[in-house]
Amino acid sequence: MSTDTPIRPVARERLVTTRRTDNRTEKYLFGVTAVILVVALWELVAALRIEPVILLPGPVDVIDAFQQMFSSDTIWQDLGASGAELLYGLVLAAVVGIPVGMLLGWYRRVGYVFDPFVNFFYSIPRIALGPLLIVWLGIGLSSKVTLVFLMALFPIVINTTTGVRDIDPQLVRASRCFGGGDLQIFRTIALPGAVPFVLSGLRLAVGQALIGVFVAELMGAQHGIGLLMNNAGQQFQTATVFAGLIIFAVAGFVLTVLLRRAERHFDAWRS
Amino acid sequence: MKRSPIPAGALDREVAGGVRTDQKSPAHLAASGVTIAYRANAGSVHAVDALDLSVNRGEVVCIVGPSGCGKTTFLNAVAGFIPLSGGTLTLAGRPITGPGPQRAMVFQQPSLLPWRDVLGNVTYGLEMSGLLRGRAARERATELVGLVGLAEFAHSYPQQLSGGMQQRVNLARALAVEPELLALDEPFASVDAQTRELLQGELLRLCTRTAVTAMFVTHDIVEAVFLGDRVCVFGPRPGRIIAEFTVDIPKPRRSHVRRDPAFVNLVDRVSRALYAGADPEGADHVD
Repeated sequence: MSTDTPIRPVARERLVTTRRTDNRTEKYLFGVTAVILVVALWELVAALRIEPVILLPGPVDVIDAFQQMFSSDTIWQDLGASGAELLYGLVLAAVVGIPVGMLLGWYRRVGYVFDPFVNFFYSIPRIALGPLLIVWLGIGLSSKVTLVFLMALFPIVINTTTGVRDIDPQLVRASRCFGGGDLQIFRTIALPGAVPFVLSGLRLAVGQALIGVFVAELMGAQHGIGLLMNNAGQQFQTATVFAGLIIFAVAGFVLTVLLRRAERHFDAWRS
Repeated sequence: MKRSPIPAGALDREVAGGVRTDQKSPAHLAASGVTIAYRANAGSVHAVDALDLSVNRGEVVCIVGPSGCGKTTFLNAVAGFIPLSGGTLTLAGRPITGPGPQRAMVFQQPSLLPWRDVLGNVTYGLEMSGLLRGRAARERATELVGLVGLAEFAHSYPQQLSGGMQQRVNLARALAVEPELLALDEPFASVDAQTRELLQGELLRLCTRTAVTAMFVTHDIVEAVFLGDRVCVFGPRPGRIIAEFTVDIPKPRRSHVRRDPAFVNLVDRVSRALYAGADPEGADHVD
């Protein structure tokens, strides 16, 4: 009909842009400079030999310790053992924790039943379950993976549950209004809405899992970075202890950066 | 430009208090004796009482009423979210038993999925209702996104859009499923006054263009008269229709029709009816 005037499209400039203002190069510049300064200061203090090398090794000593470490073959066995404990435990925790968290978040009554147990295990120092796990599972890989798993599981479960429960009732109403069923609402609203929560749960889990690896190896092990650090400490090879610390830090850092990447990927709509 | 949009005497077909009896075709949406009561924390709320209303196919009926008069409750019952305590509610001859895509809702909040772009949000209703999926859904959505003037923003996320633009997406999502009835609950209440006028004009054009049957709940009388073929005035709770006005202002209605004496006159009469219902003693105090 001629009466039907087309609708004027919205002008481009009315787009509301809320771009993050932080400058990336600035961030890296300041961060890297700070790290270099601290390491230099550390080396300075160590070189002045205010404290003996046994108490405070400098960065150069730590690099020496690394060279010594990697000149033997046992380091690869240690790295392999700790890496396996960490990755098996974390992957298992994610594989079990994410679906369980969704179940607890989605089915109100299942949540009511399991919430007290989840809260109990979250509140106790789970690391204290170590001796029990050794009694039950021995000092092999299984007891260590189980401890790492238990450490990592609860942050994942709790965050996932929260994410699914945090579902926006307005969106559910809109979905229902178009005839969306429970399963569709779960798939299109609860699941994507929970992704940021799941990822931050995983990030928390990485830290917990590293604690699990270290403590599990203290309780009896044949190989592992934690064990290596403990032995070095007993022999006052302090630089080697520092080297072990740095290995733990790098492992945690790499996993966290990967998860941050994933978070940013799934959060594209937020910017 | 000189054409007066309102024929003399066109506004005099006012029916007070109930159903229009002069229908030729059976009503598209028919409410008869609709009563809604529900339990709230402070006992039982009698929200709607023995309400009769019929909406013909292609008609836009606006419901105005004081806050808390049960107009939104009634709309929610039409959408299928609230069960009736009494009476019957049918759409195209079939009783309404629950929510369904033949009745699309546009809420005051845009209620868009923040992780989907504009196009993805408009296909959402089609996916949920199972009407169209994949390419076909995207094609329909693209058409609707263009129709609401957001073609350039098809791949923007809701957070990048203004409130008014989000409501256009909301409207496009509802129209995409080609509903038997479009139910709008104060959709423009939270956008600024200028955007609201713009959106009202566009909604009117969209309704005409898609020949959709619409029920529009608002507390803005000017909005109701501008958009409606008919305006129903709800009295205070329990909600029932205390006055009904036919708006015989020809479409398309331009923005400036709001300044037309006949338009202003009708707005005045609707508000008198509204305030008389709210406060029977004070009917004459209306400015």
